[in-house]
Amino acid sequence: MSTPSIPFSRRNFLRTSSLASGGLLIGFNLFTACKSDVKPPVDLADLNYNDFNAFIKIAKNGAVTIFSPNPEIGQGVKTAMPMIIAEELDVAWDNVYVQQGVLDTKNYTRQIAGGSQSIRFGWDALRQTGATAKQMLVNAAAARWGVDASELSVSEGVITNKVGETLSYGDVVEEAAALEVPENVTLKEPKDYKIIGTDQRNVDIDKIITGQPLYGMDYKVEGMVYATVLRPPAFGQELVSFDATEAKAIPGVIDVIQIGDKAKALLEKDKVNWTAQLSGSGKVVVLAKTTWDAFKGKKAIKATWSDASPLESTEFHDEKLNALLDGKDFVTMRKDGDVNKAFAQADKVLERTYESPFLPHNCMEPMNFFAHVTDEKIHLVGPVQTPEDAANTVAELLGRDVADIHLEMTRMGGGFGRRLYGDFVYEAAEISDAIRKPVKMVSSREDDMSTGVYRPSIKYRIKAAIKDGQLTGYQLKEAAINGNMYGLIPNFFPAGAVENYQVDVANYKSNITTGAWRAPYTNFLAYAEQSFFDELAEAMEVDKIKLRLDLLEKVKGTTDERIQYSPERMQNVIKMAVDKSGWGKQPQGTYQGFVAYYCHNTHVAEVADVVIEKGLPVVKKVTCVVDCGIVINPLGALNQIEGGIVDGIGHSMYGSFGFENGQPTAKNFDKYRLGRMKDAAAVETYLVQNELSPTGLGEPTLPPAGGAVANALKAATGKRVYKQPFIEQEELWQAKQEEILG
Amino acid sequence: MPTYQLTVNGKEHTVEASEDTPLLWVLRDHLNMVGTKFGCGIAQCGACTVHVEGNATRSCSLPVASAAGMSITTIEGLSEDGSHPVQQAWKEVDVPQCGYCQAGQMMTASAFLAKNPSPTEEEISDAMNGNICRCSAYNRIKKAVGVAAEKMA
Repeated sequence: MSTPSIPFSRRNFLRTSSLASGGLLIGFNLFTACKSDVKPPVDLADLNYNDFNAFIKIAKNGAVTIFSPNPEIGQGVKTAMPMIIAEELDVAWDNVYVQQGVLDTKNYTRQIAGGSQSIRFGWDALRQTGATAKQMLVNAAAARWGVDASELSVSEGVITNKVGETLSYGDVVEEAAALEVPENVTLKEPKDYKIIGTDQRNVDIDKIITGQPLYGMDYKVEGMVYATVLRPPAFGQELVSFDATEAKAIPGVIDVIQIGDKAKALLEKDKVNWTAQLSGSGKVVVLAKTTWDAFKGKKAIKATWSDASPLESTEFHDEKLNALLDGKDFVTMRKDGDVNKAFAQADKVLERTYESPFLPHNCMEPMNFFAHVTDEKIHLVGPVQTPEDAANTVAELLGRDVADIHLEMTRMGGGFGRRLYGDFVYEAAEISDAIRKPVKMVSSREDDMSTGVYRPSIKYRIKAAIKDGQLTGYQLKEAAINGNMYGLIPNFFPAGAVENYQVDVANYKSNITTGAWRAPYTNFLAYAEQSFFDELAEAMEVDKIKLRLDLLEKVKGTTDERIQYSPERMQNVIKMAVDKSGWGKQPQGTYQGFVAYYCHNTHVAEVADVVIEKGLPVVKKVTCVVDCGIVINPLGALNQIEGGIVDGIGHSMYGSFGFENGQPTAKNFDKYRLGRMKDAAAVETYLVQNELSPTGLGEPTLPPAGGAVANALKAATGKRVYKQPFIEQEELWQAKQEEILG
Repeated sequence: MPTYQLTVNGKEHTVEASEDTPLLWVLRDHLNMVGTKFGCGIAQCGACTVHVEGNATRSCSLPVASAAGMSITTIEGLSEDGSHPVQQAWKEVDVPQCGYCQAGQMMTASAFLAKNPSPTEEEISDAMNGNICRCSAYNRIKKAVGVAAEKMA
């Protein structure tokens, strides 16, 4: 199978004839460069996740700089995306310098990190761009030599003619810049790849290992002051008044001010989009010479807060979500056949409910941003996954022209969805606007954990009808805080495999801010559904693997365009995982759990091996099979795959986060348990080898991990966990412990 | 505010700071050495780990007054050019995802290996368990500590 060759339009390029420093600059639009009939998936379109741009600069000395447009949050696009360009450009990877592009709304559009979509959407355009630049350079050399371009060959940035003369890209770059942009360039066949598919290290590795400034937290300028923000301690509270006398007496504290009016005005004008989480409360800002002085000053503020709306608790959320599941206020996301008829006619009906808590993101780098607002311009620097929305909102907030804004993205100390929301950018901008000085707004860990944009608490109730040994009906009900699953998620497996199928959703509007968290919705849904399939297999008295394979068989040849998972690819990863994991052949005392899941356009199967040590479950190993098409950078891909699995296990096992009186029950790592090295399972990964277009890896291996562990826990203890975090389902481990201790 | 004499990476520095200022913020905000990271502020995550007299120490919870006069090493001084076996192992294994916690991980690992040059896998996990990697690159961190030990042998 060959990679698709896509007709390319000149409109997708913009080009400057030459650089002041000499050389060629090529810009391109990743999104419009994609095939016209390829539409962004509905779910991601809703989130504006769809279009990216980039630039290549070739200098007269032959040096190649690739500007990576997308924010780097640890997912590896700053390495992988330029690798694709370099492959088709035909240069040596070691000679490529990768630079983070700034927010540039004139030349770039939609510079976003999210949805594991950067590689998938970039694939065609990145290759076309590299190949087009190469063709222009070859055409320039052909003109210089007076020969036909087809007579020339290229290797690692050197063009050779039939008689063995050579010209480097740098020799012809100025002539190339004056040429027409060619259409219909030829892309390489995968067998000829020299860079794609090779292990390449993180492009920032040398800076990371030597502690060079890279992150927003590290950015500073002369005259900068540090600011930290005292926000309402509970969701539902608003600032009434504050006394800053003691804070101002602390050495190093420069001033204490109040912000929030501008944000409130935006809220009142309803000018807030999905990335703009704004508080309606006033906030107290401590300005200081150092971060520590600012933190100390904040502790000394005496503030009074009013309860503007009811302060919620986990118990309250439980009641609300249960009432939603039992009620009738659902919106139907997908409906095939008649599930009620299937349930009425069933021999057996199975119904189960699965529950998840809220989760904080806990990016290791706390939220922070630099802002310097002057009459002439607004300079913003820092870690944000949605820089364009951040700039637009700051312009609205401060009543300025967006053209005044210069926004630079820094490498991010984790994102996981938290930095899709720009609240910390707006705070920094509002503070600098008030004091007209360069400001670094820094949050503490407690601030991050207690004023977050959390994964919402969700409950799933799944009901299945079994008739004559077949699955005849399947209904999934979702009750969630604030928002529900979106777009294509209701069309994931088993949609298409069951004649009577329905997905219904309902939500409770809470004053607790919620949002995307690594693999939104599926990060919990996968566990619920994959647990249910195991139970279903037991109820139907069929093999767990066979049940999944048989259901997938029914989807083959579907004409339903909403269904994007491939039954063939899913069956393949399932069969490989069974083979590679030694499924069913594990030694005594090792218990296995199986999962197959599709999300973010990637097909994954995982098998978790669990043992019980001292009465507690330990995940020893996960065997993982991934089909993400062509793998751009296996070294980076394996890191994402392993990280996703270990992260998924850590949060399923230990992620405990509740609310009391509107405040989170955990505010720092002394009360919140993240997975650590001792909890990390060994991961054995198998990548499916094919030549299909690549898909992303930042998220897809995380959702299935919790399900694999839950299914292994059932094998180990004989009992099923219906609630995350698993470690709190103590009765299971105690029962096993008693059994072990006899 | 009082002044303190600090020896960081072999160089003497005089800083003026309140006595309770954690070494972390003196390094980052006073001395502009930002390689040492802020993660939690309560010695639970290890992102701020430095060496004090050769011992892995959480700089977020060590007041500057207590650090004065001691020999302090940060990631910037682990080697002059990134050539320390731990740094080289981190590069070879390509450990980082976001990379933010890695300075702390490397400082914990280098202090540990200096005392236990040929650790078992379990000893590595024990030594590194105090350092959180939110990207969960733990298997590579563990592998890199092993590779560094081989390089130092």
